[in-house]
Amino acid sequence: MATLDTAPRPVSPAAGATSATGRRGTRRRKRRGNGLVGWLFLAPFAVVFLLFLVGPLLYAFYLSLFTNGLATGEEFAGLANYSRAFTDPAFLSGVWFVVRFAVLVIPAQMLVALLAALVLDSLTTRFAKFSRLMIFVPYAIPAVIGAVLWGFLYSPNFGPLEQLFGESAPFLLSPDNLFYGLTNVVTWQWAGYYMIIIYAALQGIDPAIYEAARMDGAKAWQIATRIKIPMISSALVLILVFAVIGTLQFFTEPQVLLPISNGSITTDITPNVYAFNLAFRFAQFNYASAISFALGIVVFIGVYIFLFLTRKRGGFLK
Amino acid sequence: MNKKLMTALFGAGTVMTSVTACGGGGDGEAAASGGGSCSVPIVNEEAPVVSVWAWYPNMKTVVENFNDTHTDVQVCLTNAGQGADEYAKFQTAVSAGRGAPDVIMLETDTIPVFALQEALVDLSEYGASEVEGNFGEGAWRDVSSGDAVYGIPIDGGPMAMMYRQDIFDQYGITPPTTWDEYRAAAEKLKAAGGPLMGDLPANVPAPTVALMQQNGAEPWTYDSANPTELEIDLNSPESKEVLDYWAGLVEDGLIGTQDQFTTEYISGAINGDYATYISAAWAPGYLTGAGAGEGADAGTWRVAPLPQWDPANPVSVNWGGSVLAVTSQAENPELAAQVAKELYADEPSLTDGWTSQTIFPLNQSVLNSQEFIDHESEFFDGQTANKDVYIPAANAYEGSTYSPFGTTFYAQFTEEIAAINAGEKTGSEALDDLQAEMEAYAEQQGFTLN
Repeated sequence: MATLDTAPRPVSPAAGATSATGRRGTRRRKRRGNGLVGWLFLAPFAVVFLLFLVGPLLYAFYLSLFTNGLATGEEFAGLANYSRAFTDPAFLSGVWFVVRFAVLVIPAQMLVALLAALVLDSLTTRFAKFSRLMIFVPYAIPAVIGAVLWGFLYSPNFGPLEQLFGESAPFLLSPDNLFYGLTNVVTWQWAGYYMIIIYAALQGIDPAIYEAARMDGAKAWQIATRIKIPMISSALVLILVFAVIGTLQFFTEPQVLLPISNGSITTDITPNVYAFNLAFRFAQFNYASAISFALGIVVFIGVYIFLFLTRKRGGFLK
Repeated sequence: MNKKLMTALFGAGTVMTSVTACGGGGDGEAAASGGGSCSVPIVNEEAPVVSVWAWYPNMKTVVENFNDTHTDVQVCLTNAGQGADEYAKFQTAVSAGRGAPDVIMLETDTIPVFALQEALVDLSEYGASEVEGNFGEGAWRDVSSGDAVYGIPIDGGPMAMMYRQDIFDQYGITPPTTWDEYRAAAEKLKAAGGPLMGDLPANVPAPTVALMQQNGAEPWTYDSANPTELEIDLNSPESKEVLDYWAGLVEDGLIGTQDQFTTEYISGAINGDYATYISAAWAPGYLTGAGAGEGADAGTWRVAPLPQWDPANPVSVNWGGSVLAVTSQAENPELAAQVAKELYADEPSLTDGWTSQTIFPLNQSVLNSQEFIDHESEFFDGQTANKDVYIPAANAYEGSTYSPFGTTFYAQFTEEIAAINAGEKTGSEALDDLQAEMEAYAEQQGFTLN
């Protein structure tokens, strides 16, 4: 979640492309003192960045090099926590869960977002503005509150499903349904945000292209599939990166729904939930730090492979 | 290429800060509540102040009573959350080495968890024996480990069987006195198309552990004098008999598998989805607070002694109950120990506690008072529940030894019960797996297994 909140939000991919042409500033660099002023401008960000991101990171890494057995006390362990993490079935099953989850939830989110954006882009009525807002609203609701609301909606005793199906209402957080129950919550939460990104990218396309296509006899769906989607592919790649990172870090929804899931959500369901519970319930701060770093390594490898595979399309990162 | 590397690093980096960032937040909060504003005003400004974390709903009254009657010491009360929420904060403060209060309210079964981390002061050095006589033997054994005493009891949770008289009447059932009769009643209910007899919650394994102990199981053998030695016996024949029994009830659809302490369970209990609620003496107060006994279910609740395995040798067990413990971060342990001994031990506070159904006191002065014995419970429609059920159960309780890593144990047991409830394991299989997991964990944490 944190990544998605702090990541830069591109308004339009076009902006990224033009700024890449670069600027000439060689003459200025010769003046003295300019470097200091630059650092001053950077300082407010740099202080917070060092204090709240780099500092804790280093501290967490330091912690992860020790073990603290309940009966043994703290001991330097080198990388033993890491070898334990990558052979820990709880961690590995958590990683496997989020990977499977990503395979299902990311296409679902993107499909919903893309369809909504394409429809809204071709509408020009007042209804379009209203719908845009309504689709975006779930993203504006804090994830914790969203998850609590879904907890009530899923309730077999007093949720809407019970009113529809009565006694035989399905429990969407049961072991069999959990995967889809969570998919639904996450898609609902994020599709609107991705829709806005795609929509902004669509707005950046020159309408003259559509006119030309129409004169050549292209139909609406042809314009959508042959022109719009290819032209916003860099926005789609961006969303994919966000979604991959966010999904691998999956935490809030399972953590909030855990107490009402009748045991189908376990304390190690995802690596982040596992790290949180290790640290704050089971008092294993050292191992929790190692799990966090291990997840960081997995995310790094995952994102890097992904960026490598999409390097031709990833216009925003060139 | 370089930027890609940076983006990937950035993504990875934010993952890792999430844990440490939370750590910082919890610590700050703990430190602030330790020295900041108190939720009950200090009466005697000159006197030294002892900070206390506690969550019982009538704690404000209790602290007012204390501050009004003490000139030598004052209490600064903070509600740091109930149960697990408070423990998470306390755990963070213990790991951080600062931020803990002087005195903390803990549930009895969490004492070994924090004692093992040397987070609690041994009160035997601070005059705990002065108040030992106020409590029954079982209650005192629960707060002791060997010669050490890690807390002063407030209340207990002698277990009993709450049931719905309306459901029992409708289906012609009398309160079962043995677990065989309990199962027979459950079958009768199911055959007649009635509601479920009870419930096996995965999320609160503590009562299930107590029910195993009722059959003679001793899952943990541990003495804080030898903190690295531990004996784990979770898959004994006694434990297996109990868990297989409950797994059988689940398999035959005789009881529910709903997590407890949830709106889901409470609404089910009020609606009459469960004929019985196997619970402790604090349960009527808890249910009342959650809205039970006021609507359609008013006057339908009764309580009977816990069914037995061997009616010739009845055994009483305990679920829950709290103590006041002194943390090793206390600036003045002697003063803190005084607070632990005297807070919630005065007559007005205890009376307020039991009349408001907040606690089932363990203080003998209350257990032996005629008013308490003869009290007609409104929740139980005038039944003298204390005399009939809870006091005998409390007096017969012999105490037990809890796990030194209770939170991990409960989390693992939760997974095993969830597997039972999902029909994946029998009770015996679940306990064998649990035993193996707990042995592996104990060894990994540096314990020597006996």
